[in-house]
Amino acid sequence: MSGEQVASEPFEPVVIGFTCNWCSYRAADLAGTARIKYAPNVRLIRLMCSGRLDPTFILDALARGADGVLISGCHPGECHYVDQNLNTLRRFRMLERILPALGIEPQRVQLVWASAAEGTQLAHEIDRMVEEVRGLGPLDWPARMAAAGGRTGPGVSPVGWPAGSRGEPEPGAIKGATEPPGVHA
Amino acid sequence: MSGEARPTFAMYGAGSCGGCDIAVLNVHEKILEIGAAFEVVLWPVVMDAKYRDLEARPDSSIDLTLFSGGIRTDENADLARLLRRKTKLLVAFGSCAGEGCIPGLANLTPPAEILDTVYETVSTENPDHLRPGTQPNPGGPGQLAGFAAVLRTLDQVVDVDYFVPGCPPESPRIAEVLDLALAALRGGEDLPPRGAVLGAGESTVCDECARTRNVKQIAGFRRIQEIDHLDPTLCLLEQGIPCNGAATASGCGALCPTAGAQCVGCYGPVAGAIDGGARLMSAFASVAQARTAEEMDRILDGLVDPIGQFYRFGLAKSLLRASRSAWAAAGGEWGRR
Ligand code: SF4
Ligand code: SF4
Ligand code: FES
Repeated sequence: MSGEQVASEPFEPVVIGFTCNWCSYRAADLAGTARIKYAPNVRLIRLMCSGRLDPTFILDALARGADGVLISGCHPGECHYVDQNLNTLRRFRMLERILPALGIEPQRVQLVWASAAEGTQLAHEIDRMVEEVRGLGPLDWPARMAAAGGRTGPGVSPVGWPAGSRGEPEPGAIKGATEPPGVHA
Repeated sequence: MSGEARPTFAMYGAGSCGGCDIAVLNVHEKILEIGAAFEVVLWPVVMDAKYRDLEARPDSSIDLTLFSGGIRTDENADLARLLRRKTKLLVAFGSCAGEGCIPGLANLTPPAEILDTVYETVSTENPDHLRPGTQPNPGGPGQLAGFAAVLRTLDQVVDVDYFVPGCPPESPRIAEVLDLALAALRGGEDLPPRGAVLGAGESTVCDECARTRNVKQIAGFRRIQEIDHLDPTLCLLEQGIPCNGAATASGCGALCPTAGAQCVGCYGPVAGAIDGGARLMSAFASVAQARTAEEMDRILDGLVDPIGQFYRFGLAKSLLRASRSAWAAAGGEWGRR
């Protein structure tokens, strides 16, 4: 990169792409072997089926700094696990309904069907989405949270209630409970 | 308990409605036991106490503090830190302290807009245009407490030993928690690991609900007030009522569906859920009878307030915690804390 770009680095969006092992991940692979270029801004994560996609993954990606999330799976009727991709479709449509209230543009979370043979199409969709997200600018969720002075890092309880924390008391656990408490300025 | 010193107890309400204090007072004859077993050192709803007396106490000298309410103002945050310092067992008591609850829904709105509504709308007489934190209170020497950009849960401000969910927590659960704390403080019982949820079960409200479930497939959502006849024994979700029981922690005994209303999720997400709203969305998506985007959209059109449906109690503790416009205010005047 040339020196003149150092002053203000151009915005390079980060898009997390959840792909299905049987279709879109292979489509991306095919694009690679066929030397079809697509934007390096997308980071592909392979799932065994798009039906594994929990809305938590999408929200977590955005909360950790992704500028957009691409979801892709086999075309309806072609899912290798009967019709789990319809579950994906329903979850995605539902998630879309809450994004406006959070101020997240619909272009930042997109669903694309792609069969294993559709490398060119998937590469094209990735490029299109990356450009759309680039146009929207950074989402920057972690920086926003840090600016509000919330605690981050070690010692912060995880979001959600801890798993397996409601059963029988653990022997000796009161020691942990009475450790010197942490106070955070 | 003659002779030996009783364990000390405090209860404090930050950004809350006061319902949690009432819930503790509402434990029936148990309240007499609490009064006899504990020495109450701070409980503004019940007795007069001064913050300076609290400050003067040695650190870790309060055995048990039930802290209700989210952290929205400077004062809330100061008291959270002070009580943390003074307390051995700090309990985030109720939905507000634990996950933000209804006050946390204000995290969807930028703070300036909230204050405009509260301080400047037509029903408010505010000739001096007072605002939190910015102007002296003419009635006295103090200032109105500053208002943060977003509401935070107690554990987003200080370390919390235990969480007790519910809006408000139910009497039998409160009694159990107090008994457990008392036994532990007297040295007779061990407490669960720090950070645990007390007073809620490992399963869901559906598990406690007596309504009959057949095949869970729903063709649409309707609001409960729009329905003339509800089957009193059939699962509400199957009747198209958006009931949150499937992803809500057990503990209340399925009070609302038993009484004929949908569970709105006040006991918080079921154990292990990272984001309660996401868990609910998954649950609803798997029962929606839709095979195309259009069919799904038609079903979703029946959900009038999606974010309120899924995040009514847990927004402030969800993965995203607030809207972008609320976060945007955090850098400036609002971000002092
Ligand atoms: S969805 Fe609601 S009504 Fe149906 S079983 Fe669960 S709690 Fe009961
Ligand atoms: S049924 Fe749901 S909303 Fe009603 S008290 Fe129980 S957890 Fe809360
Ligand atoms: S196997 Fe590809 S979406 Fe299910």
